[in-house]
Amino acid sequence: MAVVTPLKTAAEQQLSQQFAQAKATLPGAGAVARLRDEAFAGFEARGLPNRRLESWRYTDLRSMLREAMPPAQAGERPQAIADRLALQTISGPRLVLIDGWFSAADSDLQGLPEGVTVRSLSEALAQAPDAFAAAFDLPEIARDDSALMLNAAFASDGVLIEVAPGVALAQPLLILSLGSGAREAAIVSRSRVVVGAGAKVAVVEVHESLGPSPTQNNQALAFSVADGAEVQHVRIVTRQRAETVQVQSLIVEIGKEANFASVALAVNCGVLRQQSFVRYAGEHSNAALRGINLLSRREHCDVTLVMDHAAAHGESRELFKTIAEGEGTGVFQGKVIVRPHSQKTDGGMKSHALLLNEGATMYNKPELEIFADDVVCGHGATVAQMDSEQLFYLMARGLPRPVAESLVLAAFVGEVTEFVGDESVREIIGREIDAWLAQRGAAPKSGAA
Amino acid sequence: MLEIRNLVVKIADEDKQILNGLNLTVNDGEVAAIMGPNGSGKSTLSYVIAGKEDYEVLDGEILLNGENILEMEADARAAAGVFLAFQYPLEIPGVATMTFLKAAMNAQRKARGEAELLTPDFIRQVNAAADKLGIARDMLRRPLNVGFSGGEKKRMEILQMALLAPSMCILDETDSGLDIDALRIVADGVNALRDKNRGFLVITHYQRLLDHIVPDTVHVMSKGRIVKTGGKDLALELEKSGYASYTEAA
Repeated sequence: MAVVTPLKTAAEQQLSQQFAQAKATLPGAGAVARLRDEAFAGFEARGLPNRRLESWRYTDLRSMLREAMPPAQAGERPQAIADRLALQTISGPRLVLIDGWFSAADSDLQGLPEGVTVRSLSEALAQAPDAFAAAFDLPEIARDDSALMLNAAFASDGVLIEVAPGVALAQPLLILSLGSGAREAAIVSRSRVVVGAGAKVAVVEVHESLGPSPTQNNQALAFSVADGAEVQHVRIVTRQRAETVQVQSLIVEIGKEANFASVALAVNCGVLRQQSFVRYAGEHSNAALRGINLLSRREHCDVTLVMDHAAAHGESRELFKTIAEGEGTGVFQGKVIVRPHSQKTDGGMKSHALLLNEGATMYNKPELEIFADDVVCGHGATVAQMDSEQLFYLMARGLPRPVAESLVLAAFVGEVTEFVGDESVREIIGREIDAWLAQRGAAPKSGAA
Repeated sequence: MLEIRNLVVKIADEDKQILNGLNLTVNDGEVAAIMGPNGSGKSTLSYVIAGKEDYEVLDGEILLNGENILEMEADARAAAGVFLAFQYPLEIPGVATMTFLKAAMNAQRKARGEAELLTPDFIRQVNAAADKLGIARDMLRRPLNVGFSGGEKKRMEILQMALLAPSMCILDETDSGLDIDALRIVADGVNALRDKNRGFLVITHYQRLLDHIVPDTVHVMSKGRIVKTGGKDLALELEKSGYASYTEAA
């Protein structure tokens, strides 16, 4: 067989030019600059993620990105941003990113308890690049991902949060990531949360786009969860332009006897890849990734996750619910790896989808790679239509079809919402779901818009 | 009043014809029983009246108080006064029973141009009706029919019937899966709703239910038609002689 050297696409060529230009101004000298160079070299060798890679099979960025949008500049602040910020709906401290840039002026750090420090990535790297190079650490399972390489190469800003051992936050910490949408731009941010031993924290990231222009987002949030710590993570991606293409990465390393639980909601999400890499570094820990994807029009949501049980007695749970209508496409790829010494691992993975019409699509791909012999691991994946018997039963009691459908659909995804601990966050998720259901109830039956 | 004239129905995606020119009238205040062997079309009849979509009506009409309901969706028929107590009530995970009851009652009120129920009034009505049927409060807090026993599901159907106050009640094999105590509770619940303005169509295999819900008329159904009509004694006669003579006659 001949060796195939793929030609660079226009977008890949633009990225090379952009990196050459941006290098000098990206924050972080020394170790970080070397790390960016290495990451970009790795990206150039691989190119944009594409369908030839098993892990990117259903989200071919190489063909989706006709061109690479220029890096977003700091300082865009249209009125829409101020309007949105006035609608603070989650109580507690908030960190605001605008086009991936930390905005100290818009952030509210009052109420942060002692023992919690927050820095912007760009500032931290400018001051002490070697000290904060750890922000770019990746577990082995994520090191080959060229989207994360691009992220490391271009990440201009983000937030670094440290929670000292034993500190418990009473309120969730909100990372509000707003796209100004002022012009087409690439938004690349890297954030990291270091949770000390025995600390307890909830982090909520909300991604919304406020302007007319689509963007290309590549944003990563990493958690380092020390022994005995407890973390709840929520991610909401909503109000995106249809042409926006984004990768949201979640990277988690957990120590022993620790808990990490995540719930993600994607609605009006454009083209979205949500990828998670979770590594169990200590025994007796558990992690749960759950999510709801509500897809209309030609929206695309790819949930790809890897749970790496590198320590014994770990528990993992995944539960994803997808509803797709119109020409919406859902993807679930879940891989659970159990390393040879990771005995007594308990893994359970589920992905359930409802397709509301013929144009909608769901790909489910659970994978188990088990190298230990004393483990319990299971997975279940279903794709179905709405249950017509249930609908008839509800309609026979007088509920009009849209109301009956909304009830059945809300119940279908409600199983996931219950895992959100904070009530105000749960309410916001509930409102997003209700709004989506109401909008589909009001829309013409064809679903195409 | 329910009038069914020359109803011919087949399963939508198949050639199988189930109802073959069925005629039936149930007057206001009347309790009519339909008995018949398996496969005679009894459950199909109840589904077609309630508006299930899996069937195609080839001929005939169904009039409720003089209005043809065949073109209506199931929810509109419910608002017009049709109530079907299901043989197998559906489990709806994730939907709290109280939420469902309130949505159903308000949907029908809205369809009739009435104001929504206030929550305290709603709760009072539900509790009163539940107490009569021996339905524990805890059951009302659970998701609709999920994990309910057969008897609990049937009681929940009667509760809905009591709250929605329909003018035409269809009971599809309400006795199936019930022990004798549960049967008595359900029958008492139905009897309490008997009213000169309300008709009942009670579908059953066995005479047993009709000891508790005593019918005014008994119809024998076979091969998609009513083949014999009589008084309540007809049920006793059937219990003795079986359906054989009627299925042959049909």
